[in-house]
Order: sequence, then structure tokens, then C-alpha cells
Amino acid sequence: MMRFMLLFSRQGKLRLQKWYTATAERDKKKMVRELMQIVLARKPKMCSFLEWRDLKIVYKRYASLYFCCAIEEQDNELITLEVIHRFVELLDKYFGSDTDQPRALPSGCQHLLRHRVPKAIIFVIPFYVFPTFTNGRIHCSSYQKCRRTRALYAN
Amino acid sequence: MHTHKHKPIHKYTHTHTHTAMSPSVPLQEMIRAIRSARTQCEERGVIQRECAAIRAQFRQSDNGGRSHNLAKLLYVHMLGYPAHFGQMECVRMIASPRYSEKRVGYLGAMMLLDEKQDASLLITNSIKNDLSHSSQHVQSLALCTLACMGSAEMCRDLAPEIDRLLRASNSYIKKKAALCAVHIVRKVQELGELFAPAARSLLSEKNHGVLHGAVVLITELCERSPETLERFRKAVPDLVQIMKGLVISGYSPEHDVAGISDPFLQVRILRLLRILGHNSEAASDAMNDLLAQVATNTDSTKTVGNAVLYETVLTVLDIKSESGLRVLAVNILGRFLLNNDRNIRYIAMISLQKIVGTDHNAVQRHRGTIVDCLKDQDASVKRRALDLSLALVSASNIRSMMKELLIFLSSCPPELRAQAASGIFNAAERYAPSQRWHIDTILHVLTTAGGDVRDETVPNLIQLITTASELHCYTVHKLYRALLTDISQQPLVQVACWCIGEYGDLLLRGDCQETEPVQVSEDDVLDALETVLQSHMSSPATRGFALTATMKLSTRITDNVDRIRSIVSIYGSCIDVELQQRAVEYNALFKKYDHMRAAVLERMPVIEKNSPGHTNGESTGEPVREIQPAKVKQGELPQQPANQVCDLLDLLGGSEETLQPSPAVGGTAAGLTTNTASTAGGDLLDLLGGFEPVPLAPAPTVPVYDKDGVTLTLSCEKQSDSGLTVTLTASNSTDSDISSFTLQAAVPKSVQLHMKAPSGDCLPARGAAKVTQMVVLNNPNKVNLKMRVRISYSSQGSAFQDTVQIDSFPGLSAAH
Repeated sequence: MMRFMLLFSRQGKLRLQKWYTATAERDKKKMVRELMQIVLARKPKMCSFLEWRDLKIVYKRYASLYFCCAIEEQDNELITLEVIHRFVELLDKYFGSDTDQPRALPSGCQHLLRHRVPKAIIFVIPFYVFPTFTNGRIHCSSYQKCRRTRALYAN
Repeated sequence: MHTHKHKPIHKYTHTHTHTAMSPSVPLQEMIRAIRSARTQCEERGVIQRECAAIRAQFRQSDNGGRSHNLAKLLYVHMLGYPAHFGQMECVRMIASPRYSEKRVGYLGAMMLLDEKQDASLLITNSIKNDLSHSSQHVQSLALCTLACMGSAEMCRDLAPEIDRLLRASNSYIKKKAALCAVHIVRKVQELGELFAPAARSLLSEKNHGVLHGAVVLITELCERSPETLERFRKAVPDLVQIMKGLVISGYSPEHDVAGISDPFLQVRILRLLRILGHNSEAASDAMNDLLAQVATNTDSTKTVGNAVLYETVLTVLDIKSESGLRVLAVNILGRFLLNNDRNIRYIAMISLQKIVGTDHNAVQRHRGTIVDCLKDQDASVKRRALDLSLALVSASNIRSMMKELLIFLSSCPPELRAQAASGIFNAAERYAPSQRWHIDTILHVLTTAGGDVRDETVPNLIQLITTASELHCYTVHKLYRALLTDISQQPLVQVACWCIGEYGDLLLRGDCQETEPVQVSEDDVLDALETVLQSHMSSPATRGFALTATMKLSTRITDNVDRIRSIVSIYGSCIDVELQQRAVEYNALFKKYDHMRAAVLERMPVIEKNSPGHTNGESTGEPVREIQPAKVKQGELPQQPANQVCDLLDLLGGSEETLQPSPAVGGTAAGLTTNTASTAGGDLLDLLGGFEPVPLAPAPTVPVYDKDGVTLTLSCEKQSDSGLTVTLTASNSTDSDISSFTLQAAVPKSVQLHMKAPSGDCLPARGAAKVTQMVVLNNPNKVNLKMRVRISYSSQGSAFQDTVQIDSFPGLSAAH
């Protein structure tokens, strides 16, 4: 099960945090600080997995955004990489430009960085994408659903 | 398709009405203001102003802008600022009939309320009502929120509702309800029973979302309750069927990810199959074919295919699969090891680590690739490769593996050094093909990573060196050379000093078959030791070693004893208390006890190692050993070889505990080991109890030694089947008195020896009195009994020493 997911920029600014277990504020801050330090220190060609405390950390960098997930010992790291990728694709589909063609990934992320963070995070992600990730598991694997719901919200 | 609108999303589905919007500051503007703040301070100012405005707005009951204000507050919360004053507002909004407000209220609840907050209980009733709402969107809001932050009480209250929704007709709701049930089961384990039947029926759904949720729920139930696990084993055929459908079916645009149909669901099902098949033959049989099919048919060119393969491998290795399938799984891992993608190599090694104990041979086949990974750039990969390489070392590949490991040690990252060094030591100890190889390996590690080895390496190495008696010359030469090159690695320097002290005579002799000969003069050796003594890099312990080594050399060299004397006396005023004490005692040894110096500083006996079971290539089977160190002192010998001399000198100073209460043993410093044996003898006699010599008819006495007027006779009595008491009687037929008369005895390894206290240590002239000493022997293995006795005494101011071997004992039949 995924314990938490963090998004932070190359400069060390936290953009998004979602915790799937009840944790005290103080501990959350400490963990975020520690992890950001560790992940930002990694060199480009290094492995996407690392061990931290009793969890496994899976991270991937898209443009200048780091997507970082903490999973448990028995979880599958490779599929978590795919989950992160799916998340990024969804964000891109949602916040890409006006055309509905799948765009190159960085554009969605750039949007995320520049303008759409508030909207995305406040309105869309918790209601659509995080349900996709409810309880730390991805459970909606359909793109069609994505489009339909987007239509729902867009009106 | 729909165009993306750049407006705050306040739109709803056609079933709801628009509300009039009149926000004080639109969200967009606030965001713009925050983003345009150039400093942290400015940003804080903007946010404080906004929060004040929002708080004011909350206090009014302004209908229109409530959701908007809360939205602004949530954005501020996301940036990390405190937002707890919005909690009650969330509660109020959730209770509102308007969808727009409900939505933001639930969102706020998920972000601001967690089970630790008191306010969270207040929304229970709203959630309950909304779970039965007519609109599926409202229901889903409630379900999401409960699944996100529901506490144990809330879950208990609402569980029956969730169970009802699991059977709803709407798959959108069923999916959300399944995930909510997962959360409930995690919070309140007993409620799992409630959901089991519904979960079972959900497996026949076609909708992947619902199916996924059902599989997750069943996994959670099975992980927590063994009875439920039993029941769900019957569902294995259904799961196999679903999985087959996913693997064989053609392209489905709805679920395709890089050629694999719904890999997320596949991985979930494989995980559940793993749990169900673990420890169950029947269930494992049912899934054998499927696993083979997935393993062979899945396309492994992209990460997603490898993810499914990885999960398959994990499942195969964890259930009771047949051997062909296991081989297939290990081969997949082998293929992963050759993959270009570093991530794949990493997880391959993690999985191999888990099975290296059970499927050792299968993993051995990939040893070459694993060893290559030691040279990878990435530290995580290196760590995994090190763990795996150490696990793969065996007697047959020890030489080649050690070469690789030593190369790795010289270039490995600092955080792995200690682990690598201790792993190498363990491997060397278990599989060393020869003692020389073993010593070479340890020396190599000490020179490359000396600072990271554990403390007990030094005594272990010393013990090893003493057992390899043929290699003493070679070892001391090598260590001397290492010492000349570098004196910063403390463990190495300590061992080198100890060896030079012990075997200095071999070093000075110059010839050595194993290495090229090099001429070493006494001055060179003393120079080296003095450098160590004076260097700021040497730790106090190291300097202690060096001082003792210098002292020991006084009996092993001939010309420069004066130099040693001066070194020792200089350190008599050293600031370090330990060094000072040693130096003072050694000085005393030079001045007052010079006659004992040779005996005190002679070669050490081979040190017994406490722990059994290490296989060195060469056997060390000498028939008779030196004085058997008693078990009492055994622990100390390896750790403090230098301090033993100090203990000895402490006895000179008069600490009486270790001495037997019987008389006249005060002056016999050389008999420390005798005393040790006596002490141990005392203890062991107490333990064994029945070895008190029983007075019998006087046994026959046999003369065993007669030289220079000193005679020694022996008589023995059998006490039991394996026990024997030997009495040695000495007398002096010369014209001068003999003082400091001591006897030391040695017996074959398996025989136990206890020397009792002698009756005295003076032999007056012309046989006026005799000295007797009793020796108790225990020979449980009934080996051929031999005894070597060393006689030492002083007569007319000079010290004498002699040894006699006793091969036959009167009163003992030849068979013993």
C-alpha cells in the first residue's frame, strides 16, 4: 500500500503532498524534509528505488518535478513506477492544451508548475485522481472514464 | 471534445442549479497575488490578509461565497500555512443541501480533518445521510471522504451502509464502496467478516474498476484472517479465469497500457494468488498453468511488462510451485540481471537475495553477472550486489570471489566498507583454502580498509597467526613491510607490532622461503617501533602494543638491549597512565627481576580459540602442546596478550587472589601459567568433585630425571577409569641450596591436567628436604599418555632450565 505521495520541484519546493495514513504534522514535516534532501541529492542515472526507514521509495523525475511515492516492503516497485506515469498522463490529459490529443508529457507538468496547481490540486485531483489512488491503490485504470468525468466537471 | 475553460470550476452536472457567485476576492486573483510576492515575507503578508478576510467571512452567514472562501483557505493550507479554523466551516458545508458547497466541504474534510481531530465525528451523520442520497455523485463524495479519513467509530457506525452499497446496481458506486470497505477493514479488523460474502460476489463483475476494488478488498480480508483465507482459496479458479482473460484477450483500448491489458489489475490478482497459494498444495496446483502462461507470454520490452513478470516471479517463488516453474522464475530473474535498465537489475538482485538460501544452485549460475554489478555506478545496486556476492561465496569459488571482493573493497563507497570488510572476514574464515591465503587476505583488508574493521579483528588475527606456526617468518616479514609503508591503519599497526615483538628473531634472521629475503637490522626494527610509539596517528592502545613489543625484543635481540632499556625508561614518565604503568613495570623487570626476564618474555603458547567449527585448510595436529591455558584465563589471552605480562608483574607486586593458599609460591613469577593451571585445577576439581586423591598403598616410584644433582621421581595412582594422580618428587644432591624450584607440565591435547600446589620451592643441599607436587590427569579419550615436564630453578645465582619427556607411567597398563 502506498503510504504517501509527494511532488516537489528541483528547487526544493513542495508542490503536493498526500498522506494515506494518519500522521502528526510534525512527523510529516520531518519526513518531507528528509526525503526531499535524499532524493534531490541523487544523480541522474541512478536507480529509481531506494530504501528509507522501513519503506521503499519510488521516485521519477518529469521535467523539473519529482514524483515520489513511499510503498511498503511487499509492494511491487515497477508497477508503482507505472502508477506514477499514469498519474502524470492523467494530469496532462486534464491540463494539457485545448486539443484532446495526447501531448508530450512535460507540458502537463509545466502547467502543473506554473498555473494549474491550485485548480488541479484543489478541485480535480482530490476528486478524481486521488479517488483513482484511494487508499494508496490505483483502481481506475480507464482513460474513457477520465474523459467522461472531465466532461462532467467542465460544464 | 470539450474545450478547457479557464474559470474556477463551479460547474455541476445538469441536474443541479447554478448559484450566484459573489466572492470578495476571486480565487484566481488571490493566487496571482501570492505568486507575485517576491519574498517569503511578502507572501506571508498576503496570506495573513487573506486569512483574516476569510475568517471574517466565515463568521457571517453569507450564502453565496462560502464555498469560494473555503476553497481559498484550502489553497493556503496546501502552501503549508495553518488552516485549522476552517474545520467547523467544513462541517457546516457538508451539511448543506447544495452540491457545490457539499463538494468543497468534503474536500476540506479530507484535507483538514483526520481521525485525530474532534470535529471529524461531527460529520458522521452527514455522511450517513449522503450515503443514501439519490445522486450517485453525492454518494461518491461521502464514500471517498469516509475512505480517506474515517476513524474507527465512524467506520463501525457506517459499515452496514457500505455493505449495502457493495450490492448496489451502479458500478461506479460499487467501486467506491469496495475501496471504502478496504479502509474500514484496516481500521476495524472484525468487520471483515461482514464484507466477505459481498466481496466474493463482486468477483463476477465485468467492470475493471469494480473488479480491482474487489480484489483489493479480498486481499485485505485474507491478510488479516486465516479463516477468510481458507474460504477464499475456493475462489482461485475464478481468479485464474479472470487473469487468463486479461492475458489472452486482444487489444482493448479501454485498458491497454503499452500492449498489456490492465497491468494494474493483473498485478493485483497475482498478488492475491500469491497469498492464497502460499502453503497450500491444492491452490498452488490450480494456478501453475496460469503462472507459466503469464511468464512466457508477457512482453518484457517495456517496464510495464516487466512489472507483471516481476509480480509473477514473486508469486512463483512464494507458493508451492513445481520445480520447472521455479526454474522458469529464476531464469526470468537472470534475464532481468542482464537488462540495460538499472531499476530492473536492482529488483532482480533483491529477489535473488530472498531465494539464495533455498535455491542456492540456481542463483550460483548467475554469479558472474552479479559480480559485475559490483562495479555499477549506483550505490543501491552496489549494495545489493555486495549482499548477494557474499551470500554466494562457497568453498569452490572462494579464490575468484575473494579477488573480486577485494577489488570492490578498494573502490567501494565509504558507507559499505564496514559491511564489506566483515563479510570478507566471515567468508575467509569459513572457506579459507590455506592458512597463508587466509592471513594474506586479512592483511589485504587491513591495508585497504583498516579503519572500518571491527575491534575483535585484531585478536582474531593474532590468534590465527599463532596457529600458523610455519608461517611466522613469512607473516612477520610481510607485516614489517606493511608497517614501514603506512602506520595510520590502527588494527594493522597493532597486529604488526605484536608480531614483531613475538617473532622479532625470525625477522632479524633474514631468510624466509616465502618472500624475498630482506636484511633487517636490529636498529631498523627498533626504529620502526619507535616511530609507532611517537607518531600522533597512533592510538593509545597501539602505543601499548608497540611498547610491549619493544620490551619483548629485549630477549630476542642481542646488541641493542641498552636502547630498549632507554626507551622503556623514557616512557616511565609518560603522561598516558597506561603507558607509564607498563614502562615502569618493564623497568622493574630490567632492574630487579632480570633473571626472570627471559622466562617472562618468552614465546607465547598457541592461543586456543573459543568458538569451534572453522575449517582451515591445514591441520594443526601437534601431539603435545605447550601449557594448556586454563579456561579461566582463556578469554583474556586473545584480547590482551600484552596485558597478560602486566598481570604477571602485578602478581610480583603482590595481588594474591590467583595464588593458591598453600605456601611458598610467592616468588615463582615464571610459574604464572602453572598458577593458572592450579587455579583452574582448583575450580575444576570443585566442579568434578571426585578427584580428591584417595590414599592408597604407596605406588611404585620411577626416577625420570637426574642431572646436575637434581633428581625427579614420579609415581602415579589410578583414581578412576580415566583419572590418574601423578606425584613428582624432587631432591637436590648438590652442595648448594636450590631456590625458585618450579615444575611445569604439558600433556596431549585431549588430556586434562591439573597441577596442585607444590610443597615448596626450595631444595636444600644434600637432599635435606624434598619438594613434592601432585598432578591430576584426566584422560577421557584414552589416548597414549605422555607428559613433558620442565624444571626450572636457581642455583648459586644462575638460572637453570631443563625439560624431560615422560612416556611411560608406572602402574598404568600399556593400553592407556
